[in-house]
Amino acid sequence: MEALETIKVREKENHPMEPLLRMDRIPHIWCPGCGIGTTVTAFVSALEKLEFDLDKVVVVSGIGCTGRVAGYIKLDSFHTTHGRAIPFATGIKLGNPDLKVVVFSGDGDLVSIGGNHFIHAARRNIDITVILVNNFIYAMTGGQVAPTTPVSAYTTTSPFGNFEPPSNIPQLAEAAGAVYVARWTSLHIRRLTKSIAEALQKPGFSVVEVISPCAMYYSRINRLGEGIDMMRFYHENSIIKHGEPTENLDIKYQKEIVVGKFVDRERPTFIESYNRWIGETKS
Amino acid sequence: MLKADSKGVLSGTYNLSGNEACIEGAFVAGCRFLGVYPIVPSLEAVERFLNRCRETGATFIQMEDEIAVLAAVLGAVWTGRKAMTVTSGPGFSLMMENVGLGVMLETPCVIVDVQRFGPSEGIPNRAGQGDIMQARWGSHGDYEVIALSPSSPQEMFDLTIKAFNLAEEYRTPVMIMTDESVAHMKEEITIPPAADIKIRRRRYYKGPKNNYLPFKWDKNFIPRMVDIGKGYKFHVTGLTHNERGYPVINAETQELNVHSILNKIRLNSDKIVEFEEKNTQDADVVVVSYGITSRDVSEAVEQARKEGIKVGTLRLITVWPFPEKRIAELAKQVKAFVVPEINYGQIYFEVERCVRGEANTLSVFHDRSRDNGIHNILDAIKRALKESK
Repeated sequence: MEALETIKVREKENHPMEPLLRMDRIPHIWCPGCGIGTTVTAFVSALEKLEFDLDKVVVVSGIGCTGRVAGYIKLDSFHTTHGRAIPFATGIKLGNPDLKVVVFSGDGDLVSIGGNHFIHAARRNIDITVILVNNFIYAMTGGQVAPTTPVSAYTTTSPFGNFEPPSNIPQLAEAAGAVYVARWTSLHIRRLTKSIAEALQKPGFSVVEVISPCAMYYSRINRLGEGIDMMRFYHENSIIKHGEPTENLDIKYQKEIVVGKFVDRERPTFIESYNRWIGETKS
Repeated sequence: MLKADSKGVLSGTYNLSGNEACIEGAFVAGCRFLGVYPIVPSLEAVERFLNRCRETGATFIQMEDEIAVLAAVLGAVWTGRKAMTVTSGPGFSLMMENVGLGVMLETPCVIVDVQRFGPSEGIPNRAGQGDIMQARWGSHGDYEVIALSPSSPQEMFDLTIKAFNLAEEYRTPVMIMTDESVAHMKEEITIPPAADIKIRRRRYYKGPKNNYLPFKWDKNFIPRMVDIGKGYKFHVTGLTHNERGYPVINAETQELNVHSILNKIRLNSDKIVEFEEKNTQDADVVVVSYGITSRDVSEAVEQARKEGIKVGTLRLITVWPFPEKRIAELAKQVKAFVVPEINYGQIYFEVERCVRGEANTLSVFHDRSRDNGIHNILDAIKRALKESK
């Protein structure tokens, strides 16, 4: 019989991501099984890999569960009004074009109340990266139907099943003018990290949609099990199809989810065009 | 305080509209960011800014709506710019959401509301004064604002500089509540040499980078700022927050947060309040007015004096905070107050509140688009005096 190894009492170690997290605010408010935390991990890993000057990176969030990200990341960070993270970020980018500006918010915030800002920032090609966590529901307020809720899903405000067709976010982003569009689930940690890194390096309006389980409000009312069950479902039912035309990216209730990088193109950014205009009118 | 940056100062004498003079004042004050959504009757200001933004190095953006405009202005301010927007009633309504954010994040900026008739679309190209109470109470929750009311193009210039100085001094949004008439009228204005203009520099935190508290209230309740991108790694939120800017959801923090927002204006209101008083020493009636209305009031008062009525005037330069103390003092001395406005009684209620029944108070709807406007004021002066006896 082998000798039993004595269990070592581990010394208190620092969290590996401590330099980029506000440890004085941990524990965070997110529920067990939620995908926002892993998305934050992916973002922080991407930043560490890229070796950006972190003094120059700023995170702007709106309102909602994902809206709380700004409060946990140890960078210059703003928790703004509901839906207005993108215009606030636009002001920051124009105020100081040397900054790397990241909008981190949810589907309700960015596509519903902030939908107009999303469209116009994409059209102008404002040089910001949008990390959009899509949990198919308004979770912070207790699970109301969202413009991303799949048809037939139950929510507290669609008690007989949702009948409104949801937005296809990658298609919306592409049509509006985004230069980089990708979608992953919060289970695709490595691919998500890579995509966020690409998006951060891409000049112009880049969007990374992250499908995240809401283990509290979406899963419970739809009887989809625990967070781990939703994660397993998303993992087993996502199909990677890089370059898939965005019109094919509708999400149907508990059906396959197409993930991948769909758009990666070049367009002059707002600031490039602005500076050209300033230069031309001068002469 | 520092001297104005000569790059933005077109020293000299010009014939400018109120809208144009406002932008010149903004450049002098160091404003280098304008966010707008096009709306009548504020557009001459936008055009002036565009024509001058190359030489001043300023940035301009036309956003998708006024909600986005104020969000962008607040964002730009945190990068170290001085920033502003110009709008009118319908746009002002949309901005109210982020006025609250500006108050909560204690973000200095200037919002110019060229008032027109309302409600809703109203009459886009006629002067109104119907947004005065909205300026004070338009966003939800408890807060104080600073709002100025110019009555000439020269004052549009002067008060825009003052607005930026007050915004930086008290770290708060400041509103310029002008109107279509003042904004569109052209008059001679004088822009002094840069060296003669005092500009309030932003108050920055200069301590260790890891110890910045965005809402560390000093004895005057005015916290210091830092710019994004300088390594302070700060966080601010529109939620009720502590000194560090972190959300804290309890009654004590709510009280501390809101009290500081209120107190920094309330405790300094004697320093902020500005008004112009004429002929009140012997007055039986005092006419309280602001903006374009005060110009018609001067004419009506001149006529009343000729007719032997002892009438004085108090012209508001700051509409908010309101000169409560002075009105209360005058109430003990005079028989009546007349408050002509291009609305159906807004500042009138403020006057009445401060008068506390000590004198008769009369509201006059002053409709400038009708030619008997001045007579309405004159009649009101006589009626107020008669009713007070």
